[in-house]
Amino acid sequence: MFRLHDWLEQRSIALALGIIAAASVGGMVEIAPLFTIHQTVEDAPDMRLYTPLELAGRNIYIREGCYACHSQMIRTLRDEVERYGPYSLAVESKYDHPMLWGSKRTGPDLARVGGKYSDDWHVAHLTDPRAVVPQSVMPAYRFLAAKALPTERLPDHLRAQRAVGVPYSEEMIANAKADAFGQAAPDSSQAEGAKARYGADTTISSFDGEPGRLTEMDALVAYLQVLGRLTRVPYASSIAGPP
Amino acid sequence: MIAQLTLGERRAGLIILVAIALVGLAMAIAGGNGPFGVHGALVLVGAIAGTFWLLGHYLDAPPRAERLREYYDDPSKVGVALAMIWAVAGMGFGVWVAALLAWPEFTLDQEWASFGRIRPIHTTGVIFGFGGNALIATSFYVMQRTCRTRLPDQLGAWFVLLGYNLFCVLATTGYAMGVTQSKEYAEPEWYVDLWLLVVWVTYFIVYLRTLAHRREPHIYVANWYYLAFVLVVAMLHIVNGLAVPVSFGTDKSYPLFSGVQDALTEWWYGHNAVAFFLTSGFLGMMYYFLPVRAGRPIYSYRLSIISFWGITFMYMWVGSHHLHYTALPQWVQTLGMTFSIILLVPSWGSAANALLTLNGAWHKVRDDATLRFMMVAAVFYGLTTFEGSFLAIRSVNSLSHYTDWTVGHVHAGALGWVAMISFGSVYAMVPWIWKRRAMYSPALVEVHFWLALAGTLIYVIAMWNSGIIQGLMWRTYNESGTLAYSFVDSLVAMRPYYIARTVGGLCFFAGAVLGCLNIYLTATRAPASSAGDSAVTADPRPPVGAMQPAE
Ligand code: HEC
Ligand code: HEM
Repeated sequence: MFRLHDWLEQRSIALALGIIAAASVGGMVEIAPLFTIHQTVEDAPDMRLYTPLELAGRNIYIREGCYACHSQMIRTLRDEVERYGPYSLAVESKYDHPMLWGSKRTGPDLARVGGKYSDDWHVAHLTDPRAVVPQSVMPAYRFLAAKALPTERLPDHLRAQRAVGVPYSEEMIANAKADAFGQAAPDSSQAEGAKARYGADTTISSFDGEPGRLTEMDALVAYLQVLGRLTRVPYASSIAGPP
Repeated sequence: MIAQLTLGERRAGLIILVAIALVGLAMAIAGGNGPFGVHGALVLVGAIAGTFWLLGHYLDAPPRAERLREYYDDPSKVGVALAMIWAVAGMGFGVWVAALLAWPEFTLDQEWASFGRIRPIHTTGVIFGFGGNALIATSFYVMQRTCRTRLPDQLGAWFVLLGYNLFCVLATTGYAMGVTQSKEYAEPEWYVDLWLLVVWVTYFIVYLRTLAHRREPHIYVANWYYLAFVLVVAMLHIVNGLAVPVSFGTDKSYPLFSGVQDALTEWWYGHNAVAFFLTSGFLGMMYYFLPVRAGRPIYSYRLSIISFWGITFMYMWVGSHHLHYTALPQWVQTLGMTFSIILLVPSWGSAANALLTLNGAWHKVRDDATLRFMMVAAVFYGLTTFEGSFLAIRSVNSLSHYTDWTVGHVHAGALGWVAMISFGSVYAMVPWIWKRRAMYSPALVEVHFWLALAGTLIYVIAMWNSGIIQGLMWRTYNESGTLAYSFVDSLVAMRPYYIARTVGGLCFFAGAVLGCLNIYLTATRAPASSAGDSAVTADPRPPVGAMQPAE
């Protein structure tokens, strides 16, 4: 073995190839089989897609680095299930490009925060966390309510999502802007369209309290309210019932 | 700097700069006043400034032929300076991030200064800015000495160094504007990733060309590690970076993988960024500077072979230990845990090899703070890898994961190992490349050492405490069988530790500032040494038996 090495360390290309070979095995053995989807990801026939507004909210969640303090992955441990709800299933993040499981809980897990609080609570909390929870160390996001949400490029976003495998239809792409507006304007004509395309369970609400104006706050709250509610499957198999 | 470039290289440099300026212009036009456009403008202005500067010296006298008899250390000098600047900036942000968890209103009400945006500025600043520049600067130095040859040309090294720093600037300014892929340690968006790829391939080529010109039959151990660092980081970067941009003209992209597959790919990347960036590269540094500074040959050549291949092979299996008890299939978790435990063997092999090398030189460790930096680094490397194997055990991980214990573990490695071995190597290298007798102030090196050690211990002990308390509070039940503490209860319990961590960080940061000052004074004021080590024909530095081939 040491003689072989004596040979190897006199040849730079052979050494480089040796390193690549040694380092490739682990990834191939562990990652490649995960793409045989049926054994890795459960079936969830009722799984719905993110609406354009929720997707925009998700991008704000990413932009602000909320994942640096919040996980979205409830582990299969008793205390976690009791604190946060049924443990997370793989299927729940099957449309998540990228996943936001997180690695640090400076704040609580958010995998099932959807429906836990009212829209008003979220708006007040995001605007000034310490006004709602005095001991909180979460940053204040005052600017979100003031910033208009750009919707011009939403169709491009949906198209890129489709390119990586999320099944958005042509119709969804074409109506992305209208659906985003409609989801945050309950009495508008566009609201019906959003419901028709994304399912009856889609939350239609004037999230930040101003239905006519689409803000980043609308988008983020819409996203928070859908967390854990894209499918009901996890509730069927778990100790705790649905909320 | 430019005086050392040949005329052909000056022309090539000009072409590269103009090409970069054009790309910047295209980005600025396509991106408008969004972050993509701002980055385009930044690239454009940088490239134009570089062009004018190069043109200003274009007609300087061509370099003399005698230069080829000397090693080319200018890129290492600039690399050291950049590494120290990033150290101060990145650690400064670290202190700020730490302070935010004790005083959350310390964001100054600025959008860009909230915790979620500046935390990656800290991690990228220290890992890629400080660590990366230290690796590049020392690798150029080490490859020339151990191959007994000069860098193959003057331009390649500059392209790598400056291009790499452009990457760091684009990455960190991007986070401030909200441009991020959210993947830990791989946050930069698609266009920044592509640029890094170009730089990285060039780095590999520079390395291979230097090796090809070597006058030593054997490739020295340090170079195996540097090579593994360059190659495997490229592999990881390409696979984890696969993404579809929304359009040319937007910064945003969507990663190719989703959910579980994305999670495992990310942690396969993430853990091996630790392994091949923060471990392999710095082991390369250690295998050169520690024996040279101690004046002792490496204790065991065979041990270094076994450790090297053990680390290179096994690390790639362990990423899944970041995903215990999650939706990842259990067989992958078990495999990750198993390999994490076996990994202790080659890790301790390296640490032991370093410490045993010091046998016979312990009096130097006592007297020389530079060598002591390296010795303590090896000790922390041993401790952290032991802790890592321990934390990878599923039942331990159920307590530690998501808590500050992980952060404590990270910083035992980051401060105790990565930063200490870098400071030690830099303090060894600076007088050599600037041809000085010694550092301007050995006393300041001594002060830096104690500040760094105190800072590390305060930081790590505070985080062990807070992490374990946090983990226990989350899982404690009261007698009636319900959870005893709310999340906010645990939050309140953390506050004293967060303040302590900020203090520890400040000590560490202060040490880095002193280091900068000392290096500056050494470069400008310290008395010159009579015998330089820069001649190619002079003995390479690690000779003392360290280069003997495998028996
Ligand atoms: C510095 C870390 C930090 C960051 C960054 C952060 N949070 Fe929080 N978050 C917390 C803490 C701590 C709590 C618990 C105290 C509280 O409710 O404010 C919390 C609570 C929450 C809650 C209530 C959860 C519950 O179940 O009670 C939500 C929702 C939330 N955060 C959303 C967000 C969003 C959205 C972002 C990004 C825009 C974000 N957080 C960024 C630390 C953070
Ligand atoms: C002045 C010294 C430093 C201070 C005060 C500091 C502070 C911090 C803080 C507050 C965090 C965020 C932790 C959290 O989210 O709770 C962090 C994360 C991190 N830091 Fe540092 N840091 C310092 C030096 C370094 C160095 C030198 C490195 C690497 C070379 C480093 C690497 C990291 C990494 C990798 C993380 C992410 C940890 C994780 O996700 O678990 N830090 N640091």
